[in-house]
Amino acid sequence: MFKMFEPNKIFQFTSRAPKYVLFLFVVVLSVGLVEALVLSPEDYKQSDAVRIMYVHVPSAWISLGIFSSITFLSICGFVFKNKNFFLISKSLAPSGFVFNLIALVTGSIWGKPTWGTWWAWDARITSMLILLLFYAMYLIIWRIYDSEEKVYKISTAITIFGIINVPIIKYSVDWWNTLHQPASINILSKSSIHSSMLYPLLIMTAAFALFSLLIFLMKYNTELIKIKNKGLDRL
Amino acid sequence: MYGRKVKLRFLFIVIVLITLILTIFLILKSLEENVVYFQSPTEIKSLTELKNSKIRVGGMVKKGSIEINSNEVNFVITDYKNEISVSYSGAIPNLFAEDKGVVAEGFLKDKNFFSATKILAKHDENYMPPEVKEALGDK
Repeated sequence: MFKMFEPNKIFQFTSRAPKYVLFLFVVVLSVGLVEALVLSPEDYKQSDAVRIMYVHVPSAWISLGIFSSITFLSICGFVFKNKNFFLISKSLAPSGFVFNLIALVTGSIWGKPTWGTWWAWDARITSMLILLLFYAMYLIIWRIYDSEEKVYKISTAITIFGIINVPIIKYSVDWWNTLHQPASINILSKSSIHSSMLYPLLIMTAAFALFSLLIFLMKYNTELIKIKNKGLDRL
Repeated sequence: MYGRKVKLRFLFIVIVLITLILTIFLILKSLEENVVYFQSPTEIKSLTELKNSKIRVGGMVKKGSIEINSNEVNFVITDYKNEISVSYSGAIPNLFAEDKGVVAEGFLKDKNFFSATKILAKHDENYMPPEVKEALGDK
């Protein structure tokens, strides 16, 4: 089933889809921003500073999600020796890196007025910084080697080392004393965030996911053009 | 269904993952003391020796314990089992309040008295509009 990959067919899709995704992204982002900045209430304790959450939390989620995805895809690419998985991972990584950076920067901006510090070396924040470094390694390795075989192996190794960090990030706030507060949103039990704040958060997450999809499609499209230019119509 | 090489590569990845997880787990387990950002008053009480180095103590600010005289703030950090008195002079974060989380960075004078050089407010995971908070009452 993995042999069915035909760049031409996929190219037709990836070259047309971005404009629709862009349209959808603009719509969802506008709704999300109005909800988050105007319609949602202020917090009882943090007042307006809570609005940073609508950027901070979705960014962190998306960056964790993308790292998990590129790990899964790289492992599949390694096990099944399929180039396409690696190209998808490569195209996903940049938006994950950017959202990781956004999560750290907005966290810092949020930390100053609430905690009283820009930065703390607590387990959650440090492990998030480590994830950013893994993203950086992953992105750099694609530019260092010309031999594709080598890049596939090294990038898979990087994602496997990095994926160990993902559950550490998730559970750091429960395992150790951290300055960062525990998770507000739980799938199994009741969330400790009021629904009037939860919906803007989810809409913003959808907007950021669409943005990642948009960047992914454009990057992936470029990869396919590169393959076409090499005169290959199959991988 | 899949070739022998595919199965071997899969097995290889699984072994690498298990090895890594165990290694990281062992490292974190042995570093536990340094991974925590702060210690609770109970952990301070159970210290066998007092070190002169900078440490962080965290917990809740005890209700009615904040005293402000000129530029010094005194309060009590509690984890509802043990408590420790803190004195501090300097800027206070906005969210610092009675019955809310706090992390104080500084030096232990003895097991009951802490001299802070920096105060950080630790907020909890609850987010709600002020009206809802009022409706819930002062819990």
